This record gives sequence, structure tokens and C-alpha cells, in this order.
Amino acid sequence: MTGQTQTLPAQRREGATSKRPDRTRLAAAVAPYLQVAPLTLTFAVFLLVPIATIIVVSFWDYDSIRVIPDFMLLNYEELLTSPVTWQIYLNTLKYAALTWALTLGIGFTVAYFLAFHVRSLTWQITLFMICTIPFWTSNIIRMISWIPFLGRNGLLNSTLLAMGVIDQPLEFLLFSDFSVVLAFVHLYVLFMVVPIFNSMMRIDRALVEAAVDAGATGWQVLTNVVIPLSKPGIAIGSIFVVTLVMGDFITVRLMSGGQSASVGLMMANQISLLQYPAAAANAVVLLLVVLIMVALMLRVVDIRKEL
Amino acid sequence: MSTDTINTPKPATNGITRRQALKGTAAAAAGLAIGSGAITGFPTIWAQNIKNVTLRQFGTGVSNLNAVAEKVKQDLGFTLQMTALDSDAVSQRAVTQPRSYDIADIEYWICKKVFPAGVMQPMDVGKIKNFDKIVPLFITGKLTPDSTIAQGTAPHTVGFVEGKDSTSFAKSQTQWMTLIPTIYNADTLGIRPDLVGKPITQWKDLLDPAFKGKASILNIPSIGIMDAAMVAESMGEMKYGDKGNMTKAEIDKTVALLIEAKKAGQFRAFWKTFDESVNLMASGEVVIQSMWSPAVAAVRAKGIPCTYQPLKEGYRAWGGGLGIAKHVSGLELEAAYEYINWYLSGWVGAYLNRQGYYSAVIDTAKEHMSAEEWAFWMEGKPAATDILSPEGKVMEKAGAVRDGGSFYDRMGAVACWNAVMDEDRYMLRKWNEFIAA
Repeated sequence: MTGQTQTLPAQRREGATSKRPDRTRLAAAVAPYLQVAPLTLTFAVFLLVPIATIIVVSFWDYDSIRVIPDFMLLNYEELLTSPVTWQIYLNTLKYAALTWALTLGIGFTVAYFLAFHVRSLTWQITLFMICTIPFWTSNIIRMISWIPFLGRNGLLNSTLLAMGVIDQPLEFLLFSDFSVVLAFVHLYVLFMVVPIFNSMMRIDRALVEAAVDAGATGWQVLTNVVIPLSKPGIAIGSIFVVTLVMGDFITVRLMSGGQSASVGLMMANQISLLQYPAAAANAVVLLLVVLIMVALMLRVVDIRKEL
Repeated sequence: MSTDTINTPKPATNGITRRQALKGTAAAAAGLAIGSGAITGFPTIWAQNIKNVTLRQFGTGVSNLNAVAEKVKQDLGFTLQMTALDSDAVSQRAVTQPRSYDIADIEYWICKKVFPAGVMQPMDVGKIKNFDKIVPLFITGKLTPDSTIAQGTAPHTVGFVEGKDSTSFAKSQTQWMTLIPTIYNADTLGIRPDLVGKPITQWKDLLDPAFKGKASILNIPSIGIMDAAMVAESMGEMKYGDKGNMTKAEIDKTVALLIEAKKAGQFRAFWKTFDESVNLMASGEVVIQSMWSPAVAAVRAKGIPCTYQPLKEGYRAWGGGLGIAKHVSGLELEAAYEYINWYLSGWVGAYLNRQGYYSAVIDTAKEHMSAEEWAFWMEGKPAATDILSPEGKVMEKAGAVRDGGSFYDRMGAVACWNAVMDEDRYMLRKWNEFIAA
């Protein structure tokens, strides 16, 4: 696509430099390849080669010191036949589903408010910037700051105790699935807001007016006009959130107090004991699962068409 | 130990200058250095260009201290670049990036994995001046001639190899040492005496239902399983052949016990890093947990009572030492030996002892400590004066007594050493099962 538009000037010049047509034609043919070359090379070196390495290593043997070049299926066998794997995948998917549903709900509402209720562009931009302020600090800091807040003797519990709402500290607030999902939503909701807001801003306001003129209620406008036209944004946001949650290990470890496992955490444990082939097999399986999930999401929305 | 003593790597000095300097002078300096057999604990003066030597050391935060690097520069003249990592990262780096360091400050249980990989060179004990004064624990496995050898990867079992190029461990003392021991300690459970509400005397108290939702264990599988084994044995549920080298059946039973406790809601959280363990304890989320002694000190430094409780079944010990990477040679190798000799000559030993750890050569450390300090840290006597940390802050008020008593009481009651098992691979799978349960 980029290649085609870029070659146009070259073709136009052809007339002017007709003295050396062969060379120009060659340049015109080669130019698009040269133009995609940097990106292709970058992807090849930093994406394809590492993935190929991981796939190769996942078939190797290992002991407590070394990885041993070999071809065996034991790593996959151990992984796929272990009930732990299924349990951990189920747990990770549960986090992904909960986080996805919550970030979608919150993200859509925030984006809708920004796009349709805030009338002036200046205010839209200002409020949008405010949404990004928490992202000026690192992920870890934002996560860790929940711990003193939610703890047994934390701010929330002591406030509730002082107000007399509860007489025992609430234990489920910290080091639980609740705190993990809370942190995920906090960390990733912006990844939902941005693409949905972007999609909504492209919706022709005349469509909304037409719908209202044709007698549609607010709910009908939302379900028949706004949501279908926001689908690309929702799909992109969902891909962000789901892939981030599926690959995460540090949030799960910190917020569950190490009491829950995610696929990423399982890999981190294996790497720490130098069990690289087992971790590689795990990574390949995770990659496949995530690719399938993304493919399914893209089936629902054809992003290329919608953009 | 506060976080600011944990090092950040120092900016790299110009490697090219160092290499160039080495090229021209290695031969001359090596000649000079050969004559340095009579190292006295004071730096031997070689050529001036020793100042251009940079040794890159890495290891865990416990002993990779900026203060040591500064003192090395002062005493020996060359630059020591320190990188502090966590235990997992240490073993990974040691094996996978052997050219990225000159000196490896690693633990003995990690050494069991690292040394056979052939990335390190054995050290000639003839060049170690204080070798004869090293605590016998690291040579024979016995603290005193009549003590029993503890289970697990006891340092002496991975302390020696047969020859200069050997990568398999020798059964007894030889001329070639894998690591020169530097730092070690005996670990036990940390408790909040104000919150537990009853005396804690045994490892099994960790799983006492009275502490439901208020207990923690460390989530470094190869160490956590050892603590779990101490608990299981204390409960009378298990009897291990060797806690540091369990059979599959033993691993199964130990992990089953942990899972049962977890499902019953015994644990509040698991910790993996030093600061996590400090925060859990200081915030009162946890009142009893497996812990490291400087973490206990850090909790106490916040004015919160915390005790490192001696237990009936004894301690789980760990030890670390300095090893030299395979690629180090010439002037750098001589500098490395010089550094190791300096390490055992007392100043660092006293520094480590003052943090509650132990140094490998206690006689020389004694010379660098005051009589009151020595009595408090090593003899388990009540502090005659306020006890200061190496940074000069008051750690313990006069009259305080060290948890667990004297050096011989503590190190003499070691039940097992941190270890790597033959069934490592199986153990990790089971441990993941525990975490996922």
C-alpha cells in the first residue's frame, strides 16, 4: 500500500528522464522493496529470529545447569498433561475476561462522555489529557501504591473501621483476585479509552442527527449507530487489554501476594531455575493461545475495512 | 539493611584504556606479582598501572555493597564495579553471560549449578593467605570437630575440585577451591512478638491455625521448599533422608502439606524479595514468616518489634563466596587474588559481622571490631554499649541480646543448607502446583 503511493512520483518522472529508461524502470521496481526493507529487517531481527529461537529451544532438553540441544516433545508433554497448566491457564483467562469486561465498560463510558457530551474540542483534549496523568508514573509504582491502601491496617480498612461500617478488617481487599483485577483495570483502562474515543470521534455526527430525526430513542442511537461504528476501537482496545493481561506476571505476583499464578509467572519461575526449554515451550503455547484469541477478535471486526 | 546500601552499578570506566594498559604491562606486572606470595593483608605495591584494573563483580544485594567497592579503591587502588541482583538473576547471569563479570559473588547452592557449567576457574589455595583460618565449616563441613554435618548443599561439598581445569566437585579438601567463602548466616522464622500472642518455639508454628491468614513463606522454590521441609519435619508429618535432596515421594508429600495449608487459608501472601518480606511484616499483614536476618533488622529499624526466633529444630543456613570467572588472567587475575586476600583480611569481615552475618575468617574480623561489638555479635552477650550499624546508625540499644545467641550457638544449630536437588525439575512443577492451588 505504502509502496504503491510512493512509487507514483517515480513513475511520473519517467517521462523527464527518458534518456535512461532502463535504469529508471529498475529504480521504480526496486524502490518499494527498499522502502519496506528497514521495517522488514527490524521485524525479522527483533521478532522472527527470537520467536524462531524460542520455538527451537522449546524442543531441547535441559538439566539443572545447561540446555542440551536435542529434539524431544517432553517439554510439551509435561506442560500439556499437567493439571497445573490447565488450572493456571484457566486462572489467567479468568483475569483476562474480568479485566476485559470491566475495562470495556469503563472505557466505553469514558470515551462516550468525552466524544458526545463534551462539546468543545478544547475541553475534550483537556479531559483526555487528564485521563493520561496517572500514566506519568511507572506501572509498578501505581500497582504498589494500592498495597498500603487496601491492606489489613490500610487506609480503606481503617476508614471503614473508624466509620463503624465494619468491625473486622476486610481481608479480601488485598492479596486476592479482587486486588489483582482492580490493579489490572487501573493499569489498562486507558488502552480501552484511547482507541474507542478515537473511533467515536470519526463518527459523522450527521448520522446521529439522522437517527434522532427518524425517531430513534437514545438507546437505539447507542446500539444501532454508536456501538457498531465504534467496533474497530473496541476491537483494538480489547486486543491491547487481553494480550497485556495474558502475558503479565508482575501484577499477579504483587497484587495476589504471590498466592495466585499466571502463565507469565509460571514461566518466570522456570527461567529462574534455568529451565529455559520448559519456559520456551510454555511461551510457544501462550503465543498460540493469544494469537487464536486475537484472530477471533479480528473475525468479529474487520479492522482493515473499518479503518 | 536499608535499601540505599543495595548497590546500583557504578558507571563503567573506560574498558579500552584498561585493555591497552594490560597488553603492555601484563607481563611485567605478572612478574612482580609472582613475588607477592607474602601477601600480608596489606596491598602489595606493584606497578602503578594496577589503578587501571577494573574488576567487575556481581552478586546478591546482601554482600555487593558500595562501601566495599570504595574501600577496595582506597586500600588496593583498583576499581571494583559492583552489580547487585536477586538470587535468580545471579544464577542466570553466572551461567549464561560468563564474560560479563570477573568476580562472581554467588551462593553455594547456586555454585552447585554454576561450577559444572565450566564458566569459572578454581582458585589455588596456596595463594590464599588466610586459608588456614577459614571457618572449618567450609572445609570439612563441621563447625567444631564433633559437630554433625548438616543436610542440603553443605558448602564443603561444593567447595573443592580435583584439579585446575576440573568442573566436578571433590569429596574432600584439595588444592583447588571453587569459591572462597565470604558471608553466611543461619535463617529461621521472623515473628511479630506483639501480635503472635504466644511463645513460638518450633518451625511447625508457621502452620499453626492460630495464625490463619497471617503467615507467609518465601516463594523462591528451592529455598521455600526447605523451609516447608523444616515445618513438615517439625510437625512430625515427615522424616527426610536429606531435606536438601528429596525424593519425588518426599516432594509430593511436602507440597501436599503446603497446598492443604493454603486451601485452609493459612497464608496471607508469599514473598520473593527482601522489601516484600519487610513490608509484609512491618504492615502487620503477616505476623510469622520465613525471613532473612537483615529484613528483621529493617523491620526493627522502623521501630516495629520483630524477632528472629531461634527454634528447637535449628536453622536453615546459607553461605556465599567469591569465585573467579574462567576468562580472567594476567594482571587482572593477580588483582582478583589480591582482592580476595584483602576480603579475608578483616575489614569486610567486621563490616559483615556488624550487619548480623558472619565472615569466613573470624579471627581477622575480630581485629577490626571493638570488644563490645565482638561480645554482642559473636559471643551473644548483652550489648555493653549501643550497637551501631556499619553506617553508624544505632541498631540495638545497650542491654540488647542478639537473637539466637553466639556464633557457635547459631551456626552450631544448622539443620540444613540451602540446596539444589537432583529432582529440581520435578520440585519446580510441584511448587507451581502449590502456587496455583
